[in-house]
Amino acid sequence: MSFPVLFGVLALLTIFGYYLGRSRALKTAGGQVRNLHSLPNYYGYYIGLWCAAPGFLLLVGWMALENTIMDSMLIANLPDSMSSLPAAELSLLLNDVKNLANGDIVSREVIDLDLKDAAAFYGQLLTTSKMLLTAILVAVTCGGILVARGRIAPDLRARNSVEKAAMAIMIICSTIAVLTTLGIILSLLFESLRFFQMVHPLDFVFGLEWSPQTALRKDQVGATGLFGAVPLLAGTMLISLIAMCVAAPVGLMAAIYMSEYAPTKVRGTVKPLLEILAGIPTVVYGFFAALTVAPFFRGLGLDFGLTISSESALAAGIVMGIMIIPFVSSLSDDVMSAVPQSLREGSYGLGATKSETIKQVILPAALPGIVGSILLGVSRAIGETMIVVMAAGLAANLTANPFEAVTTVTVQIVTLLVGDQEFDSAKTLAAFALGLILFCVTLVLNIIALTIVNKYREQYD
Amino acid sequence: MTDAAPIMNGPANGSLATRNSNDAVSRGLKRRYAAERRFKAYGILAIAFAMGMLGLLFTTIVSKAIPAFTQTMINLEITLYPQDIDPAGTRERQTLSSANYRKVIRQAFYDLFPDVTSRRDRRELFDMISPGAVYEIRDMVMANPNLIGERVVVQMPMSDDIDQLNKGQIRKDSPETERRVKDKQIAWFERLENRGLVETVFNTTFFTAGDSREPELAGIFGAAMGSLFTMLVTLLVSFPLAVASAIYLEEFAPVNKWTQTIEVNINNLAAVPSIVFGLLGLAVFINFFGMPRSAPVVGGLVLALMTLPTIIIAARSALKSVPPSIREAAYGLGASPLQVITHHVLPLAMPGILTGTIIGMAQALGETAPLLMIGMVAFIVDVPHGALDPATVLPVQIYLWADSPERAFVERTSAAICVLLAFLVIMNVGAVFLRKRFERKW
Repeated sequence: MSFPVLFGVLALLTIFGYYLGRSRALKTAGGQVRNLHSLPNYYGYYIGLWCAAPGFLLLVGWMALENTIMDSMLIANLPDSMSSLPAAELSLLLNDVKNLANGDIVSREVIDLDLKDAAAFYGQLLTTSKMLLTAILVAVTCGGILVARGRIAPDLRARNSVEKAAMAIMIICSTIAVLTTLGIILSLLFESLRFFQMVHPLDFVFGLEWSPQTALRKDQVGATGLFGAVPLLAGTMLISLIAMCVAAPVGLMAAIYMSEYAPTKVRGTVKPLLEILAGIPTVVYGFFAALTVAPFFRGLGLDFGLTISSESALAAGIVMGIMIIPFVSSLSDDVMSAVPQSLREGSYGLGATKSETIKQVILPAALPGIVGSILLGVSRAIGETMIVVMAAGLAANLTANPFEAVTTVTVQIVTLLVGDQEFDSAKTLAAFALGLILFCVTLVLNIIALTIVNKYREQYD
Repeated sequence: MTDAAPIMNGPANGSLATRNSNDAVSRGLKRRYAAERRFKAYGILAIAFAMGMLGLLFTTIVSKAIPAFTQTMINLEITLYPQDIDPAGTRERQTLSSANYRKVIRQAFYDLFPDVTSRRDRRELFDMISPGAVYEIRDMVMANPNLIGERVVVQMPMSDDIDQLNKGQIRKDSPETERRVKDKQIAWFERLENRGLVETVFNTTFFTAGDSREPELAGIFGAAMGSLFTMLVTLLVSFPLAVASAIYLEEFAPVNKWTQTIEVNINNLAAVPSIVFGLLGLAVFINFFGMPRSAPVVGGLVLALMTLPTIIIAARSALKSVPPSIREAAYGLGASPLQVITHHVLPLAMPGILTGTIIGMAQALGETAPLLMIGMVAFIVDVPHGALDPATVLPVQIYLWADSPERAFVERTSAAICVLLAFLVIMNVGAVFLRKRFERKW
């Protein structure tokens, strides 16, 4: 039986357990609810939990480990000539065996007897695994139901047990966020360390050339692969700078107008409209940049006698800036609205005009929050992927000229990982090292920004 | 302040000083008011710029998308000779499915244009019709084998280049070398038009087909189903997890180092670039757990982890907005802490939680980058039937089409964007409706 079916079976058994628990409790109490410690439902939940919790853990664990275990069993069963192959060829072979067992297309042309044997063995393994799982699942859940049923008595503190279990489940759920962060850090670190065994970390961080094509054959010319991240970091910074040149002034002025000048009605319509900009998928911006903005700048450049590449940093940066406007404006708006009214009134009382009040009183008072919002915008710009993938180039130029094509960290991660991945080549692992840089930089920016904003909030609360 | 009349009745020299400073103020006033007006204008300009860009984005995409909703078809009369299709007359499925329908269409074309005889011309003539027409006729014959031997009029799609020509995207007066349609083909097409065989119809293929290399056969249904399965997985995983952790953190968690760590973590996770989640999915789900590549399950799990912080933050603020008096009343009636939450607080906070969930799902629906990492960029023709089939999603389909060189894919990309935006608008309107209709202010 497949996993969805097994989950369905588990759900049915759990529901059965619930009704069993309810009726059993009522029966032991002689049909009188007041003889029971808890409401009858809780006895139902009690059995349901005894059935669902072990079953669920079993299914998830099996799903997670099945492939790894079966692979190692399959390798152990292969003839020596096959199991001693290098890792890449071995994984190809395993794929073929699995495809053969599933009746799919196989990549090699000659299918020898060993392979057929292995496929047969794998098919057998697959059936055994599923049968074993079904048997264990039924045994465990029925066992759970029986054990729980035996415990049901009028004075069983069912509600307390169920609530304890619910609390435990909630605590586990709340740690998922931490586990995710841990998973990100560990997976990035682990693969990056493997990368740094092949490429020296200093060469990676300070190297000036990026050409990740590694040689397929030993004797190939000029394809040793250079992993210097400086051009990518410079490109990322150039595009982020252009983006912030658009987003920071526009976002800030929009925020000032909305929080200080705009009548409530205008504010009520403009604010959601601005936020639409943040809700548009980035792939749409990428298409817009590549299709409309880049040709526009190219044409403009031709008119002025400039050569602007069709994948210029300028087009990608400006479109990215448009996307970031609402991130800057909505947080700055909140921050400025939180400046106490007494500060404004004090300034008006001294004869300042509205703009003078804003420039000399409100902006300095709100500065930390505004800096925070701009830092969050920068972190968005650095991590943004689709706009640059579609509108910025692939060529790793080390240049500060916004009319040329540059590439960014995120673009390179995508190009390195789309298509064939070999987890023993520096080319694929380099993506994780880049990801590590990206994660660290954005994390630091976010932490600084969030700390500044929170400190500021406390100041006026 | 505008008038220089003395306010104080002081000594003569004092009054002079006041008059002087008043003069200075009034002289500066004009400049200051101009600065005031300029400053306000900058604000309006900034908003106008943002709105203008929003408008430009929408008008560009919608205007580019409109032609994609129609398709140029040809009403061709074909003769299904038995000797071409089923010479033995057995009507077996195998024979019917492998018969040479290409020849049938070719013959019909040659009958229409008896003057075209050279091999090259005939090939160019035949290029005017979509390669998909062959399968259309095959499916028609297989559905109704009685048609064999009959003369039938079949509506078939024309090739993408002819379609573009018909819609005016390829200009007839441009030099022949700069367009993908030959002068001869234009002449043939005009002859077909004059005979009334060409018809422009609503493009149903776009909404019912999977991906294809041929623009006229490509549709978004496959990607939409992929998105549906991915979103289902995301919702099923992230909603319960987020609600449970929000309840714990907001209602039960003691204030200590551990819960503070969790909180800081959630806030930071919300700002981690989405592509990093893709790397996580690749390293953990695909490499470590050996889950299938390109499958909506993996995409859904990655997006679930990504939307988790959004939903948790929204759910927490919804729970926080339920007034303490309701909790206290429930406690007063003897409810246990968990009963207070599940019977009273949670139902009252549900509209807010659902609003946050919808917004999180809308974000996930538009997300592309992490899905590129886990192999959902593959070219997949079949419409997926489950969360384990290889699939692609709408934004990735947009990315793939945007990269295709064929001109006709530009309008289809725009149309796919319109469909995606329509889904997003529906979700957001739903969220606003929920908030307006059910959210209570205490």
